[in-house]
Amino acid sequence: MAVLVIADHDGSTVRDTTNKTVTAALGLSSDVDVLVLGQGAQAAADSAAKIAGVRKVLLAESAGLGKMLAEAVEATVLPLADGYDAILTPATTDGKNFAPRLAAKLDVAPISDIVEVVSADTFVRPIYAGNALETIQSSDARKVITVRPTAFAAAAEGGSAPVESVAGAEASKTAFVSEEMVKSDRPELGAAKIIVSGGRALGSADEFHAVMEPLADKLGAAIGASRAAVDAGYAPNDYQVGQTGKVVAPQLYIAVGISGAIQHLAGMKDSKTIVAINKDPDAPIFQVADYGLVADYKTAVPELMAALG
Amino acid sequence: MKVLVPVKRVIDYNVKARVKADQSGVDLANVKMSMNPFDEIAVEEAVRLKEGKEHHAAGTADEIVVVSIGVTQAQETIRTALAMGADRGILVQSDTDLEPLAVAKLLKAVVDEEKPDLVLMGKQSIDGDNNAVGQMLAALLDWPQATFAGKLVIDGGKATVTREVDGGLQTVAAELPAVVTVDLRLNTPRYASLPNIMKAKKKEIAVKAVADYGVDVADRLKVVKVTEPPKRSAGVKVADAAELVSKLKSAGAL
Ligand SMILES: Cc1cc2nc3c(=O)[nH]c(=O)nc-3n(C[C@H](O)[C@H](O)[C@H](O)COP(=O)(O)OP(=O)(O)OC[C@H]3O[C@@H](n4cnc5c(N)ncnc54)[C@H](O)[C@@H]3O)c2cc1C
Ligand SMILES: Nc1ncnc2c1ncn2[C@@H]1O[C@H](COP(=O)(O)O)[C@@H](O)[C@H]1O
Repeated sequence: MAVLVIADHDGSTVRDTTNKTVTAALGLSSDVDVLVLGQGAQAAADSAAKIAGVRKVLLAESAGLGKMLAEAVEATVLPLADGYDAILTPATTDGKNFAPRLAAKLDVAPISDIVEVVSADTFVRPIYAGNALETIQSSDARKVITVRPTAFAAAAEGGSAPVESVAGAEASKTAFVSEEMVKSDRPELGAAKIIVSGGRALGSADEFHAVMEPLADKLGAAIGASRAAVDAGYAPNDYQVGQTGKVVAPQLYIAVGISGAIQHLAGMKDSKTIVAINKDPDAPIFQVADYGLVADYKTAVPELMAALG
Repeated sequence: MKVLVPVKRVIDYNVKARVKADQSGVDLANVKMSMNPFDEIAVEEAVRLKEGKEHHAAGTADEIVVVSIGVTQAQETIRTALAMGADRGILVQSDTDLEPLAVAKLLKAVVDEEKPDLVLMGKQSIDGDNNAVGQMLAALLDWPQATFAGKLVIDGGKATVTREVDGGLQTVAAELPAVVTVDLRLNTPRYASLPNIMKAKKKEIAVKAVADYGVDVADRLKVVKVTEPPKRSAGVKVADAAELVSKLKSAGAL
């Protein structure tokens, strides 16, 4: 059996979500190909070729693929699907957008957000905001799976797979209009070793930046936020951690003024070490925190900055 | 324009799900059930399209049909949507939980009958966390899709949707008819007023059976077991920031 991994990349290199998905794919088969979709993405394809264990890299390019329009992905991947028993992609917003569409076209049940490969047809995935883990066995001949990257180790570099071009299709009824991407020199949330995350307590966008940014700078951390902070406009949507935002599992997660609702915990409770700063000693976040500091963030964060030296 | 809104009855978002001791699933006996929160947002947006609220021109939508696939009690979920302002409902009764593929196939059959110009639905159900049905429905219909909508504009035969994606926001224009799945920040759903709850009692709900649609709803996935995730235990409280830093350092976390 052969497996196709559809890569996540930034145009010039694959993200480590792709390496992690390759690890999951190698749990199904040793014949793993990577498909890079994009426009002007040759460098990303070359970087995918260096992942150890990859048999070959396919590169498909078009304007619609440059924006990862689901209809363009569908039309590009369907003709390739016959050669594969499973198609895997990281559970990013792109992957979540196109994978079920592909699955429906192939008449298979998509399997979302797996955290473990038990065997070539059996997988574990979280349900109910991570309050339960479901082990499911698929009877479909072909599988379409999204992979939760934080649950898998990254496949190492060291391969030298050949890169082959395949036809890239366009979307016919959907057009890209514009995008507004958050620019930041900080590590990406998914890849960061340390995350500092702010909640509703911060009270305003100015305060959010004034408090969270120096702390993140000091720790070399990425910045996250609760839904309440994002809804209130303190932080961009891209910062949201949780059931419906990003799932993260850094070495260290510091929650500042976040209560710890089930939906927030769903996105961060697999972090290695959790710190919570909250003035309410009964805040649910303390039930998962390794270290809890019951304090007003207004004094606690400056003191933390000072103690970090 | 006719809008179809699929709504699902799920565990209330405030309730923490508990795994059954025999590992067969999640215990839903005597648990509060509600409309999937994302679907409430979809219903609200449809009603705004009809009322011409926010940036929508009045009468952008002229009919809102809600459909739920599920147990008899899913009629309550439909009733909630009717009280918010939807016009009529369809219940496709099923006593067993259907997989997203089967749900998408049934919804396709409903769309073939109802011929809406727009299907507005939640991006994800908070029980299965699949995030799949909208994309699958669009595929089965061969319609364009615009998922994770944080803003929706209907104009010139198109749905222009600002999507919440990793990295920021992406705006796409999808030709109607299209499937749009909604994210949390699209709007804040209203509470139905008492008069509207009373009015909703008179609105029509057509009750159908899965068999009426003649589609294959067989399961493709077998649930081997449902288990509780490893528990995180609460750690220690520290007195101040200095103690926090020294504890983090000695634990190797810094
Ligand atoms: C369908 C659905 C999906 C959701 N998805 C997500 C998701 O992905 N991510 C997410 O985060 N949420 C999500 N939510 C929302 C979630 O239920 C909570 O509403 C949200 O996480 C609360 O954010 P918060 O902790 O910042 O705010 P609050 O719950 O208001 O907590 C603020 C905390 O700050 C503390 N505080 C106040 N002032 C200070 C101070 N001066 N110093 C220190 N502490 C202080 C308070 O004690 C309180 O604990 C979702 C909800 C629904 C219904
Ligand atoms: N049984 C159902 N009845 C009606 N709509 C549903 C049902 N299941 C899912 N949906 C719709 O599909 C969306 C996505 O669900 P899911 O793919 O299961 O996460 C939901 O927000 C609903 O709008």
